[in-house]
Amino acid sequence: MNPGTTNLATFANGRALDLASIPTLGIAEFEQSILEGVSLGQRITALFATSAGSAEQTLLYAILSDDKQNRLYVGRTQVEGDQFPSLTPRCPQTHMFEREIAEQFGIKPIGHPWLKPVRYHRSWTCRDAWDRPPGEPIIPAVGDFFRVDGDEIHEVAVGPVHAGVIEPGHFRFQCHGEMVYHLEIALGYQHRGVERALLGGPTKRSIHYAETLAGDTTVAHATAYCQVVEALARCPKTARAQTLRAIALELERLANHVGDLGALAHDVGFLPTASYCGRIRGDILNMSALLCGNRFGRGMIRPGGVGFDADETRATELLRRLDDAEQDATVAVNLLWNTPSAMARFEDTGPLPLKIAAELGVVGPAARASGLMRDARHDQPSGLFRFVHIPVSTCETGDVFARAFIRWLEIQQSIEFVREQLRAIPAGSTMVSLNSLSPNCMAVALNEGWRGEVCHVAITDERGCFTRYKVVDPSFHNWIALAYALRNQAISDFPLCNKSFNLSYCGHDL
Amino acid sequence: MIHVSLLLVLPPMLLGVINKTKAWFSGCVGPPLLQTYYDLAKLMRKSLVLSATTTWVFLAGPIVTLVTVVLAGLLVPVGRFDAPIVFSGDLILFAYLFGLARFFTTAAALDTGSAFEGMGAAREVTFACLSEPALFFALLVLVKVSGSLTLTGMLHGPAGGFSMAVAAPLVLVAMGLFVILLAETCRIPVDDPNTHLELTMIHEVMVLDHSGPLLGVVLYASALKMFVLGTVLLHVLAPFQTGQAWLDWPLFVLELLGLAVVIGVVESVMARLRMHHVPYLLTAAMLLCGFGFLLLLR
Repeated sequence: MNPGTTNLATFANGRALDLASIPTLGIAEFEQSILEGVSLGQRITALFATSAGSAEQTLLYAILSDDKQNRLYVGRTQVEGDQFPSLTPRCPQTHMFEREIAEQFGIKPIGHPWLKPVRYHRSWTCRDAWDRPPGEPIIPAVGDFFRVDGDEIHEVAVGPVHAGVIEPGHFRFQCHGEMVYHLEIALGYQHRGVERALLGGPTKRSIHYAETLAGDTTVAHATAYCQVVEALARCPKTARAQTLRAIALELERLANHVGDLGALAHDVGFLPTASYCGRIRGDILNMSALLCGNRFGRGMIRPGGVGFDADETRATELLRRLDDAEQDATVAVNLLWNTPSAMARFEDTGPLPLKIAAELGVVGPAARASGLMRDARHDQPSGLFRFVHIPVSTCETGDVFARAFIRWLEIQQSIEFVREQLRAIPAGSTMVSLNSLSPNCMAVALNEGWRGEVCHVAITDERGCFTRYKVVDPSFHNWIALAYALRNQAISDFPLCNKSFNLSYCGHDL
Repeated sequence: MIHVSLLLVLPPMLLGVINKTKAWFSGCVGPPLLQTYYDLAKLMRKSLVLSATTTWVFLAGPIVTLVTVVLAGLLVPVGRFDAPIVFSGDLILFAYLFGLARFFTTAAALDTGSAFEGMGAAREVTFACLSEPALFFALLVLVKVSGSLTLTGMLHGPAGGFSMAVAAPLVLVAMGLFVILLAETCRIPVDDPNTHLELTMIHEVMVLDHSGPLLGVVLYASALKMFVLGTVLLHVLAPFQTGQAWLDWPLFVLELLGLAVVIGVVESVMARLRMHHVPYLLTAAMLLCGFGFLLLLR
């Protein structure tokens, strides 16, 4: 047992926990536990609020993950009234979580250094943390922005409509000539209210909400959703379904990583890699389509198992296509590493130091590029990853090159993994029927999507329906890292830095 | 007559050839050779959207640019034939016509009041500070070599062609001019004509607000600019002639298309420079042309 977290309940990824066994701490003790955990190298996976019956009471839940010991810790506290002390000045990781809590439940984190809405929607309760009148429309990116003063400082505002066909987001740069002093990112244009739509579930629609949380992370989000439901239903898992899920997840990673390398090459104007990688990404997406009929893996992951089985001929065909894709990708990507003019653009651009990455709680390839050993497939394994380990790849420099190179390392690992699994898919059924969900429980599922850790938390009421469903997309952790990485960089390198993180707007906006 | 029609008709073809070359390198079919003509026809038919904050300067930008570039084109001898307009010292007019075009393009960009366009204008003039001296050094070398003060005279060289003794400075000048050509026509490694990322562009970002026919004029003028500068470079690089008019014209056109292929290859095999490295490249171009001049003064 970890000395710092004795007062939090211990459990593991993909398990359900009786609500009664989660300790309710005093607010000071709650904060102390979080701070101690973080000082011991744990990380805040989720920090969220639920309503506690009466309008004056709100419950705060914190889920910490101890990556070294494969453990999760959970604790909660009850907030009375409309405010609670902010942790952000002492623990920067909570910055966005507290803003989100303030927005959703209208309670103010007192002492928060930069309290702004996250997604610009109305609060779910009758309170509003900014005391905005109920009739007034709330428009994203309207309000205060951090400003740098001075005659030679100029402000550049980009978005929400961009020159390319991408998702909407607003970026505000404080520049001195070509150099960026500060970047502030305002999102929320893609807010659809998925967390609220999932309340009262699971229903027929729930899985589709999960699949469309972020279109490019369909498999990871759907898997996390299914793991939460399966944990609450305490259903057995079949080896065949777990293997097919892992294959689908790695195919998703492959397609996105290859596409990202192509997009990075495109951003520096290096055409050969850009167009070949674009084509190879399509080939890999078509492999997902061969598996389940959809290029983005929709319909593949279903509660209780998988929606589609892969027979012998299909596995053979996938193996053949995988070999082709590997061969093509190796040529195209090595061409990128061997082009000095492209490397000159990648190296030393947008560095994110290890210390900052750890403080901000960055996840996924961006964290590993800065040297953090952080990979949910390794630290908090679930499904097949409990039995088959994929080595964690890390770099040290934390610049665009590191973030690109990590992707290439992971592509190679994933190809090897998929090949191995396709050759020996265990026999058995692909689907088990689900029982009804356990009442008054909480379940947490962590999954390493291609962009980083995908976290789903569900809490059920006495009937076994969701009373709270929390989704933390990796983008939610990482947008602030992009803003940091751009400090003292040339503004013309922003698109390149942005692409090296390649964060999701809709995954953040939910 | 042939001069004027080539000047007006051929330039969009160069962009088509560049794009085909790039497409070949990246393993795709690419847009048709004549795509730029289709684009121009399409843009000319479209209606114009004008920002409420702009004034006549915004309209004047593309039009003045087009007029100046056409004028500059009339000063340059195309192929082995004299330019339609020849007078002593026309090289100064030639250089300043480009300066005027740049002034109006940047003024039109500033006129929109957009942060991006201001940034683009700042980059354009900063880099022009380096590419203009390079162009002057190149012209100076040619004046010195040929002993003529007209563009036609200096680009054709002395009767009987350039002597071997001036080969070294001419090679340096050709290299310098090639960099100037890439920079002035916004090609990789200086600028990326394909990108639509508003924060990284130089020339493209200045014309973001132009639409319809005005954008068509901008596109056409930049193709013309490539034609004119390419012609200047070819005179230095490949002053071949057969002496027979019916052979010389096709030869020149082939040379020009060959140059477009070379630009396409350069764009395909290298990435764009980091923005703050662009001045190094342009300084190198200036030094190349400058050393060419020094060599002549030995």
